[in-house]
Amino acid sequence: MTKVTMTVNGKAVSAETEGRTLLVQFLREGAGLTGTHVGCDTSQCGACTVHVNGQAVKSCTIFAQDVAGAEVRTIEGMAHADGSLNPLQQAFNDCHGLQCGFCTPGMVMASAALLANNPRPTEAEIRHGLEGNICRCTGYHNIVKAVLQASGQTDTQGVAAE
Amino acid sequence: MPKDEIANKGGIGASTKRREDLRFLTGKGRYTDDINIRGQLYAHFIRSEVAHGRIISIDASAAEAMPGVAKVFTSADFAQAGSIPCGWQVTDRHGKAMLEPKHPILAEGKVRHVGDPIAVVVAETLDQARDAAEAVVIEIEELPAVMDMKAAVAGGDLVHEELGSNLCFDWGFVEENKAAVEEAFAKAAHVTTLELVNNRLVANPMEPRVAVGDFEEWTGQHTLYTTSQNPHVIRLLMGAFVLSIPEHKLRVVAPDVGGGFGSKIFHYAEEAFVTKAAHILKRPVKWTSTRSEAFVTDAHGRDHVTKIQLALDAQNNFTALRTDTYANMGAYLSTFAPSVPTWLHGTLMAGNYKTPLIYVNVKAVFTNTVPVDAYRGAGRPEATFQLERLVDQAARELGVSPFDLRRQNFIQPDQFPYQTPVAVVYDTGNYQATLDKLVEMADVAGFEARAAESKSRGKLRGFGLAHYIEACGIAPSNLVGQLGARAGLYESASVRVNATGSITVFTGSHSHGQGHETTFAQVVSDMIGIDASQIEIVHGDTSNTPMGMGTYGSRSLAVGGSAMVKATNKIINKAKKIAAHLMEASEADIELKDGVFTVAGTDKSKTWVDVTLAAYVPHNYPLENLEPGLEETAFYDPSNFTYPAGAYGCEVEVDPETGKVEVVAFSAADDFGNVVNPMIVEGQVHGGLAQGIGQALLEHCVYDENGQLLSGSYMDYAMPRADDFPMFQVDHSCATPCTHNPLGVKGCGEAGAIGSPPAVINAVLDALHRGGFTHVTHIDMPASPSRVWAAMQR
Repeated sequence: MTKVTMTVNGKAVSAETEGRTLLVQFLREGAGLTGTHVGCDTSQCGACTVHVNGQAVKSCTIFAQDVAGAEVRTIEGMAHADGSLNPLQQAFNDCHGLQCGFCTPGMVMASAALLANNPRPTEAEIRHGLEGNICRCTGYHNIVKAVLQASGQTDTQGVAAE
Repeated sequence: MPKDEIANKGGIGASTKRREDLRFLTGKGRYTDDINIRGQLYAHFIRSEVAHGRIISIDASAAEAMPGVAKVFTSADFAQAGSIPCGWQVTDRHGKAMLEPKHPILAEGKVRHVGDPIAVVVAETLDQARDAAEAVVIEIEELPAVMDMKAAVAGGDLVHEELGSNLCFDWGFVEENKAAVEEAFAKAAHVTTLELVNNRLVANPMEPRVAVGDFEEWTGQHTLYTTSQNPHVIRLLMGAFVLSIPEHKLRVVAPDVGGGFGSKIFHYAEEAFVTKAAHILKRPVKWTSTRSEAFVTDAHGRDHVTKIQLALDAQNNFTALRTDTYANMGAYLSTFAPSVPTWLHGTLMAGNYKTPLIYVNVKAVFTNTVPVDAYRGAGRPEATFQLERLVDQAARELGVSPFDLRRQNFIQPDQFPYQTPVAVVYDTGNYQATLDKLVEMADVAGFEARAAESKSRGKLRGFGLAHYIEACGIAPSNLVGQLGARAGLYESASVRVNATGSITVFTGSHSHGQGHETTFAQVVSDMIGIDASQIEIVHGDTSNTPMGMGTYGSRSLAVGGSAMVKATNKIINKAKKIAAHLMEASEADIELKDGVFTVAGTDKSKTWVDVTLAAYVPHNYPLENLEPGLEETAFYDPSNFTYPAGAYGCEVEVDPETGKVEVVAFSAADDFGNVVNPMIVEGQVHGGLAQGIGQALLEHCVYDENGQLLSGSYMDYAMPRADDFPMFQVDHSCATPCTHNPLGVKGCGEAGAIGSPPAVINAVLDALHRGGFTHVTHIDMPASPSRVWAAMQR
């Protein structure tokens, strides 16, 4: 067992790990942050997406020991300091961009990274950009609307504003 | 009421934003895998890697000596346990009960599908359990796998030797109509025939299944935390039939559930295992499914092979319909499996049409595959796909418009209530209206111009139409009992009004994404006139809700919501009595509006809180004829199914070079009756459409001839992704409210998955025919590029 420390949502977190301990296990079991979910075992579904040093990463695909010392942000670190939703989270709520909520943390983290790289994406760019995140409930329609709204495009393309 | 006013009030008809979102969007949802109980052990299941085989020996001695291992379980540890029960018994066309095999918690003597559990290692950590599992030595004599349904029925190897046959049942419906149907076919001016497959699917809710068992020795209390759509049903099935635990000693909790789509209705072996193992080991035991495990343990859906025929007279009126279907049951009978290809399928074969004579034959077959059970729509998508493909094919053979052929044969608006020849009575509907709406929404008039534009880019554009009917809120209990259901299908609700006027509603319905916490509160808010924020919806725990049959078959609002309305009406009636006493008026003169009680014709009034406070602080109260307190329970058993219906239009572009199909537009005109929260209803349709389009173009559960699952992960099973869809156009304005439930609602959860597959395939066929590939009469789902391309070559 090796003790690993990293910064999660601005706070130093340490836990004992094996070489095979995945980042998602470190977060869920070590840090007690159960907002990051595991939806598959082939790095396909994206429910475990978090930010590592600002990049969206599927946390089931990376060993905890490989990201020792990194800055990690999870869904628990996305809201404003006063607990209110950030504009992207608010857009998911406004647009009904979630149903069962299980893919939602990964979807929000992937969308946030998408918008950081491309602040005004087209509908096609959003759909392509979220291809690594599977949602079984929404048909993606309202997720795409939410990302459009979060990027300030509520009145374009006639979709987000309907 | 004007739209703005509805939205401000937050009652019925408002697109109220979901309250549950706040926890889900901040990582504070509480799913079953988020529950960890101090001292818990972890279970790892060792599963069959062959489809069919005899267990020769299991040697767990080395594994039991490994670090952290508490125990390795085999079937010998469950000798006293009952069979995992099937909840529905079908009687075949000769009056004989279906064949019903034993379904043990862990395999006894034989394994019958890849994934069948053989042994379980329980250890201090999951990694220790997995490591020890590799040291369990299991010897299995592999047997030939029973895979092809027609061959399985013809003879040969048996999935269950003790049953003597692989034919579970041979069902005929309506058996008395059989001769008349044959006669109608003999007299027909035209007969259209199709042979088609409804592809096997995996439900794939994004949250894999999880079960945590706990046992409290000093009270004898068992607790099971599980990913379930219906915790009370699990308590009933597991407690009464498998583990013999009485209800008062068994609590089943389903907290936030990450999607279900049917696959979390059923009682699974892992639930019984962790409950019993916790009892034996006197420590909590947790099992979390991997996705790979989910593919070989969660009940699959669909898997029908059908021949269907339509008889028409010289004026193109439908005169008779007959179908022959082989329905795959898999290796064991899952909870509702026998009902899916029978009562949830045969009763819908009339569709939206006045076909006078129908005969449906279904042969249900055991194979060495994962059990098959209800998946979003359950029987109704299978019925709709056959019928709507067939009607399109008939229109093509006759050279008439598929719109006109449908309109001509529709049950007309003035014919409701309508008795179909397949037992059910449709209460309301207006199929012409939904089709009119679709024609407008989908801009059918502009299609030719769009097709020409596609052609200029080398693409083949096609339009596909489908109309559907479904039966939701399966009921009533006395009828379904006659049809073979081994449970009632009512729902319960308790409404607890607290002293300061806030309300807690306990409902037997359960939400796994449908937003009940929001919509159910809207209904009660509307009835009483207090703000929805004062109303809390509680579900998912057998310890606080009287009884519940759960959420499936689009029944929650129609059945569970009706129970809640009934209980709320009892509350209002009692509250009026209290108000009458407080205002020294006659109860008959009391009115409740916007949370204020008034006496008709006077200026007297009492607020909601004045009355609720009096109920709990009864200083001035009619104690001689009214009990204090304000809490009521109601059970609601519907008198009929509800019958949502709608018209769906799909527009595709086919690339003739590759066979790739792209859905470029999809329109859905649904009749759901009254709608409580339009935003949520539209979201349900979007999700259903994605699953239906997924079935039509992408998803396919494939076994090889040895029973190995070839599509056992997201690397091989094509889950629909964001870039597989366009924006959907959905409408639910053509509403004909249900006549027999108090809200006039019909259910909206499954429609999208029912209506869309035939619309997509009809669109692909239309595109190919427009492109000159007129020899193609059908393409089985999924219409993958290789299948479409192969169909074009000849």
